[in-house]
Amino acid sequence: MATRVLLLVGTRKGAFIAESDAGRAAWSLRGPLCEGWPVHDISVDPASGALFAAAGSPWYGPAVWRSDDLGETWTHSSSGLTYGDEGPAIPTVWNVTAAHGAVFAGVEPAGLFRSDDGGATWSQVAGLREHPSCPAWQPGNGGLILHTIVPHATDPLRMWIGISAVGTFETRDRGATWETRNRGVRADFMPDPNPEFGQCVHKLVAAAGEPETLYQQNHCGVYRSGDGGRSWTEITAGLPSQFGFPMVAHPRDPATAWVIPLNGDDRGRFMPDAAAAAWRTRDRGATWERQAAGLPQEHAFLGVLREAMAVDRLDPVGISFGSSNGELWTSPDEGSTWSQVAAHLPAIWSVEALVVEE
Amino acid sequence: MATVVLPRSLVALFPAAERRCLVPGSTVAEVIDGLDARVPGIADRLLAPGPAIREHLNIFVEGERAGLATSVAPDAVVHVIPAVSGG
Repeated sequence: MATRVLLLVGTRKGAFIAESDAGRAAWSLRGPLCEGWPVHDISVDPASGALFAAAGSPWYGPAVWRSDDLGETWTHSSSGLTYGDEGPAIPTVWNVTAAHGAVFAGVEPAGLFRSDDGGATWSQVAGLREHPSCPAWQPGNGGLILHTIVPHATDPLRMWIGISAVGTFETRDRGATWETRNRGVRADFMPDPNPEFGQCVHKLVAAAGEPETLYQQNHCGVYRSGDGGRSWTEITAGLPSQFGFPMVAHPRDPATAWVIPLNGDDRGRFMPDAAAAAWRTRDRGATWERQAAGLPQEHAFLGVLREAMAVDRLDPVGISFGSSNGELWTSPDEGSTWSQVAAHLPAIWSVEALVVEE
Repeated sequence: MATVVLPRSLVALFPAAERRCLVPGSTVAEVIDGLDARVPGIADRLLAPGPAIREHLNIFVEGERAGLATSVAPDAVVHVIPAVSGG
């Protein structure tokens, strides 16, 4: 049996796919795909194997792209991806996530859409924007964007979403109603640093095998929840900065996760001291270790955005990230050593990893 | 039937689309409807809520910048032109 490892890369100028074998040492690259559209996220439907790309063209508007042949050919649709003629225009799709037989799309301005026909047509999950807090939602620096969708691992009625400068919400009734899930998360930039909503969640991930354990990288720290987001415990201590965008969880170990801290929201948003590193916890955030072997340690003014880090499911786990200046890096050994996959891509907005056994 | 001229970047999105095609309609809105009947989904690429022509697209009828209500004569040439923008 042959193992193919694909890194699905969304950039400001199209999608790219890097491919290797299980060794993850030598990589080929193809692209740009999706006609060069700006791509914020690429994900894989675990049931069908289809690839979905969340995109928005400055000329032609938002669309979710789909490929059933690992990126060789693509179709696209935005049928129903609208707030109606009276509502605000949707410039782009920020996240696409397939789960429990449906596909979900997070858009700007913040809202959630659902497709039950594999991305051909969409309808709004209206309950989210019916939340009483919606009229008070204010955009963050990247816009008022629903950027993170975390389906519950086993319960199709439940889901968490993240909206920049608004926070985390959970539904327990398939999207009909939503509740805020921000207790314990700071919003230092607000007059009241502990509001019900307004926290700037940057990335939310679920722990493997523990559906109620969540992690998040926030504008103001890194957090863990053991109760499905009802309360959060800060786990920033040990990191060089509270600020960063991406976070990924180990696919089998619920105690292990990675972040990429940046130097601060008002200091350029580079890796601290211009030295590139990922940081790993293996004890649920009690301690963190710096992982930098093979990464540039001088003049490395790299930034990594929220969707631009991914783990594969091999053993040992491969971990990859893409930077805003178009560098793609990977580690085949859970972050112990790193090598560069590509150096000159357009600005990288997202990375996803896919393992295919043939 | 109006002659509609589409940009390469739009035609590339639809296997059934052609750079030049004949489309019925007496207004720009009707021509877009006719185009969508021929190439399903293409109206979503041209129109924003309102409906309105997308912000960074221009439609010209016989060389004059047009709106959705602009009349289209039976032998008119309608150009869809993306704005020269981006980086």
